[in-house]
Amino acid sequence: MSDTTAGTLGGKPDRLGKQDARNAAREVRARRVRAFLFVMPLLIFIMFAFVAPIASMLFRSAYNPTVAELVPASLEALADWDGEGSPPEAAQAQFALDMKRLANDRTSGQLAEEINRFLPGTSSVVKSTARELRRTDDAELSANGAALLLEADEEWGDPGIWRALRKAGQTYTSSYYLTALDLEMTRDGTIQQRDTQIYLKLYGKTLWMALIITLLTLILGYPLAFHMAHCSTSRANFLMVFVLLPFWTSLLVRTTSWIALLQTNGVVNSTLISLGVTDDPLELLYTQFSTIIAMTHILLPFMVLPLYSVMRGIDPSYMRAAMSMGSRPIPAFLRIYLPMSLPGLSAGALLVFIISVGYYITPALVGGTDGQMISNIIAFHMQQSNNWELAAALGSLLLVLIIALYWLYDRFVGAGNIKLG
Amino acid sequence: MTNTGAGVFLEFNDVKKSYDQKSLVVKGFNIQVEQGEFITLLGPSGSGKTTVLMMLAGFESVTSGTISIRGQSINRTAPYKRNIGMVFQNYALFPHMTVAENLGYPLSVRGMSKPDQKARIAEYLDLVELGDFGKRYPGQLSGGQRQRVALARAMIFEPTLILMDEPLGALDKKLREQMQYEITRLHEQLGFTVIYVTHDQAEALSMSDRIAVFNDGIVQQCAPPAELYERPANAFVAEFIGENNFVHGTVERIEDGRAVVSIPGGANIVAEAGEGLEAGARSIVSIRPEKLFIHPNSHSHDNEIAATFVARIYVGDFIRYYFRLADGSEIVVKVLNDLSAPEFGEGESGRLQWLISDSIAFPHSGEMPDVTG
Ligand SMILES: Nc1ncnc2c1ncn2[C@@H]1O[C@H](COP(=O)(O)OP(=O)(O)O)[C@@H](O)[C@H]1O
Ligand SMILES: [Mg+2]
Repeated sequence: MSDTTAGTLGGKPDRLGKQDARNAAREVRARRVRAFLFVMPLLIFIMFAFVAPIASMLFRSAYNPTVAELVPASLEALADWDGEGSPPEAAQAQFALDMKRLANDRTSGQLAEEINRFLPGTSSVVKSTARELRRTDDAELSANGAALLLEADEEWGDPGIWRALRKAGQTYTSSYYLTALDLEMTRDGTIQQRDTQIYLKLYGKTLWMALIITLLTLILGYPLAFHMAHCSTSRANFLMVFVLLPFWTSLLVRTTSWIALLQTNGVVNSTLISLGVTDDPLELLYTQFSTIIAMTHILLPFMVLPLYSVMRGIDPSYMRAAMSMGSRPIPAFLRIYLPMSLPGLSAGALLVFIISVGYYITPALVGGTDGQMISNIIAFHMQQSNNWELAAALGSLLLVLIIALYWLYDRFVGAGNIKLG
Repeated sequence: MTNTGAGVFLEFNDVKKSYDQKSLVVKGFNIQVEQGEFITLLGPSGSGKTTVLMMLAGFESVTSGTISIRGQSINRTAPYKRNIGMVFQNYALFPHMTVAENLGYPLSVRGMSKPDQKARIAEYLDLVELGDFGKRYPGQLSGGQRQRVALARAMIFEPTLILMDEPLGALDKKLREQMQYEITRLHEQLGFTVIYVTHDQAEALSMSDRIAVFNDGIVQQCAPPAELYERPANAFVAEFIGENNFVHGTVERIEDGRAVVSIPGGANIVAEAGEGLEAGARSIVSIRPEKLFIHPNSHSHDNEIAATFVARIYVGDFIRYYFRLADGSEIVVKVLNDLSAPEFGEGESGRLQWLISDSIAFPHSGEMPDVTG
C-alpha cells in the first residue's frame, strides 16, 4: 500500500519497475503451468483415444503397403510396362519367383485378397497359381516364368490381372476414396461413375433419415420443452425424469424393446389384429420405418435438453410485453418467442442430426436391409469383408460430411447470433 | 394532478386473487383512479403488488370482484385487446430486434403504414432523448437507455393506461433519480394514467399523486404522499413510510381526540389518538426522528421523557443519536449537523422533547409489521 503511494508520488504511477515486471511475469507463468497440469490428463486421454485413431484412420484410407511389401521386386520390374499387351518376360519371371516364395511363406492368401479387391474373381487364380509353383525349381522359374504362369492359369495371359497387381502395389492410393464415392479410374486415368451406385445412395439415404428423425424429435420435443420451461419447478423436475429415463436404461434394452413391440407377432401387431384394424400382421420391424421410430425415441433427449435450457432463460415477460402491445398469442410466439428459442432449437437439431448420421446400433438391430445407414456398411467392411481401407475411406468421408454440416450450422446460426446480440 | 373531473376511469371493486385455491394473495382490493392520475402501489415484496398489476393487464385471472375501465368490466377481455402499456422490471426489450423495431412492434401489430411508423418512432425516440439509437440492439445500450426505450415502447401506441412494475429496480441510485424525473415529465406532458409499483418509498413519495400502501394483500391506506407521511392511518403505514420511533405504553384516557398514554418508567405522554384506540388498551406512540429534540433546544414542546444515550452516528448533513428508554427499547433522534448538535458520553442521561401534534398513538395490534421491503 505504501509502495503504491510512493510510486504515485514518484511520477510514474502506471509503469512497473524491473523487479515488479519480473515478479508479475513469473506469476503468470506459474499460473499457466498450473492450468496446463489440470488439463494434461484429459489431453493425454484425447490424444490416445481420439486424435490418434482418427489420424490413423485417415492415413489408412490412403495408405496400403501390403502388396508393395509382399512383392517389391515384381512391382519394380513392372514399373516400365505400358499396360498394353503382356508384361515383359523378365517381370513375369520375377513374379513367378515371388509367388513361389509367398507360397512357401504362406502369405499368398494376403496377396490374393488384395488383388481380388481391384479385380474381383482373381483370388482363386492367385492362390492356385501359388500352389502350382511351390515345388518348381528356381532356375526353371527365372528362365521360363511366363510360360509356367500361363500353364498354371491362363488368366495370366490377360493384361487386366497385371494391371490390378500394379494398382494394388501402389503404397498411396486414392482408389478407396473413389470407391467410396462410387467412382472409378479408367485405364487412361480419367475418373468416371460406376455402373451401380451403392455408397452415394447410402449417404443420401442416411442424410434423409437423419433429417426425418431431426424433424420428428423437433415436433415431439419443442412443445414438451416449452411446457417444462414454463410450468412449476416441481412439475418440470418430474417431467425431466421422464426425459432422462432413456439415458438411464441401456441402449440395447431400449432397442430390443422396440423389437418386442414391432415384430410380426409383437405387441403392436397383435393389438392391431385384435382391434380388427388389419387381418394380416404389418411388416413393421426391419424396415426404414422401425429405424426411424426407434432412433427418434432414443435421440429425443438430445433435442429436449438444449431447448429446455434455452427456454428456461426466456422470461415470460417477453411474451407478455408482446401481448400487452396488442399482439395475439400465435403471432407473438412466431415473432418473439421462436427467434429467442432459436439457439436451443438449432443446437438440438444439430446434435440429433449429427448423432443420427453416424448412428450404428439401432439400424443394425431393427433396420433390416432397408433401414441400414452408412455406419452399418462401414462396420460391414471392417468386420466381414475385412476391407479396412475402404471402411476408413467411408469413415473419413462421413467425418468430412459432419464437419461440413457443422460449418454450415456455424455460418447459419453464427449469422443469426450477430442479430441476437 | 390532472383531474379532468371526468369521473372514475379505472376501478377495482373488491378484487381477490388466489393462486393455489387455498389462500388469498390479494384480499379485497378497492381503488378508484381518475384519468391522468399517477397512482403508486407501495408495499414490501410478496405483498401482492405484481399480482394486482398482472390482473389489470390480463395475464392473471381475477378470482372474484371486478376490474372496470370507464364503467366496463374488463375481467374477460383478452390481454391483447386491453390497450394497456406496460413497462417490466427487466424491460423485456426484444433482444433480436433493434430499438426502432422494438418501438415499431406495437405499431405494425396495429397495421400502421411504414412511413407513419417511421415518423412515430422518430418522435418517441426524441421524446426519450434517444434520437440516434434506433439502429442499435438492446444489448448495446446501457441500463438507463434500455429503460427509456422500454418507456417509449409502452407509450408509443398511445394507451390511456400505463403499468410499471418496479421499472427502476435495476438501476443505481443516480440513474434512478434521473429516470424518476423523466417519468414524471412524460406523465405530465402526455397525460396518460399510470399505475406504478415499487417497494421504494422515496420513489413513491416523490412521483405519485396518490400512494396505495399495500400489505398482506390489502390496502392499508391510499392517500397523497404528504398525508401518508403526516397522517399515517395505522402503525404499519407509520413504520413503512419514512423512519419512525415507537414508544410502547397503555392508554389512560382519551379526551378531545388526544390520548394520554402512560409509558414504562412512570411518565405520561400525550399524542393524537389514532383510529380504533380505546382507553385501557395497549398502544404504540409514533414520533418521527426529526420531530424529536434533545434538551436543551429552542423549540417549543409538549412532551418530555428521559432516556439514556447509547451512540451517536455521524451521517454528514445530520447526526443520528441513539437513546434507550426505560423499557429497553431504542429511540432515534435526527439532529441537523450544526453548532447546536450536543455532545454526550456513553450512559449519560438526556431529555427528549416533542409536540403533541407530531405524535400519533395507534392501537397495538399484535406484531409490528415487517418492513424489510
Ligand atoms: N404465479 C404464481 N403462482 C403462485 N404464487 C404466486 C405467483 N405469483 C406470485 N405468487 C405469490 O403471491 C404472493 C404475492 O406475490 P407478488 O404479487 O409477486 O408480490 P409483490 O409484487 O408485491 O412482491 C407471493 O407470496 C408469491 O409467492
Ligand atoms: Mg413484484
